[in-house]
Amino acid sequence: MENQLPAMPDVIAQVPLNNYVLLASILFIIGIAGVLIRRNAIIMLMSIELMLNAVNLLLVAFSSYRSDPNGQIFVFFIMAVAAAEVAVGLAIIVMIYRNIRSIDISLLDKLRG
Amino acid sequence: METLETIKNLTMTQWSFYAVSVLTLFGALGTILSKNPIHSVIYLIMTFFSLSAHYVLLNAQFLAAVNIVVYAGAIMVLFLFVVMFLNIKDEAPELDNNKIVIGASIVGGTIGVILVAAIRLTESQKIDPSTYQIKTGFIETLGQLLYSKYLLPFELVSVLFLIAMSGAVMLGRKEKGERNF
Repeated sequence: MENQLPAMPDVIAQVPLNNYVLLASILFIIGIAGVLIRRNAIIMLMSIELMLNAVNLLLVAFSSYRSDPNGQIFVFFIMAVAAAEVAVGLAIIVMIYRNIRSIDISLLDKLRG
Repeated sequence: METLETIKNLTMTQWSFYAVSVLTLFGALGTILSKNPIHSVIYLIMTFFSLSAHYVLLNAQFLAAVNIVVYAGAIMVLFLFVVMFLNIKDEAPELDNNKIVIGASIVGGTIGVILVAAIRLTESQKIDPSTYQIKTGFIETLGQLLYSKYLLPFELVSVLFLIAMSGAVMLGRKEKGERNF
């Protein structure tokens, strides 16, 4: 069984690491653009998830190319923190909706001087 | 013609990498550009599945499974539930406002140019197949590391979940004097 494992995955031999770095950068930028153009609080939260996932992809790619498992443990922890963040974030959004009957964040300007 | 030759010479693995990458970016763009929040959620689920495909390509099977279970299974169900629960009308007036879209494109483009310029300056070093560990992403390697070196953070995550859970319950509770509907 042990002998049947290949020496290294095909992707690592055939796709340069820079492709993964570029893909993760583009994904991160799409997330930033999403936070900036949308006024809907739920979609902004989803754009933040996109950014978190771009970072996860980058960590997994580096960890896999350098065959260092520590990076994948970090991705595991990031996923756990993201789950907690989404639970609290959605609770806040539901509370905002109960109070102002809308989740448009441009209506939340009471702190403006 | 040269690009055509390059495309013809792509191996199976490279084909799958580019196909999955295009799917990932398509899902991400759909998430931020679709007017109906339900469509956004569906596009985001597509992005998470293609990211899991990336993890499988990178030989990180454990994280691919966790990504599907946690993100596509738990987080997106929560999003879908809240979108349906709040019954948001599908209109996105901000997408018709050119000023916001142009400003966001300028900011995103600037960050993109900076990142690409920095990436182009780097040189990735060659991977040596003789020292490569194929078992990096396997569940036994990660489990052993998680329960020895990272035992304390692993336990602290459970405290974080407890606090997040009580916080969500506290925020979701109806307070006295709050408007009802």
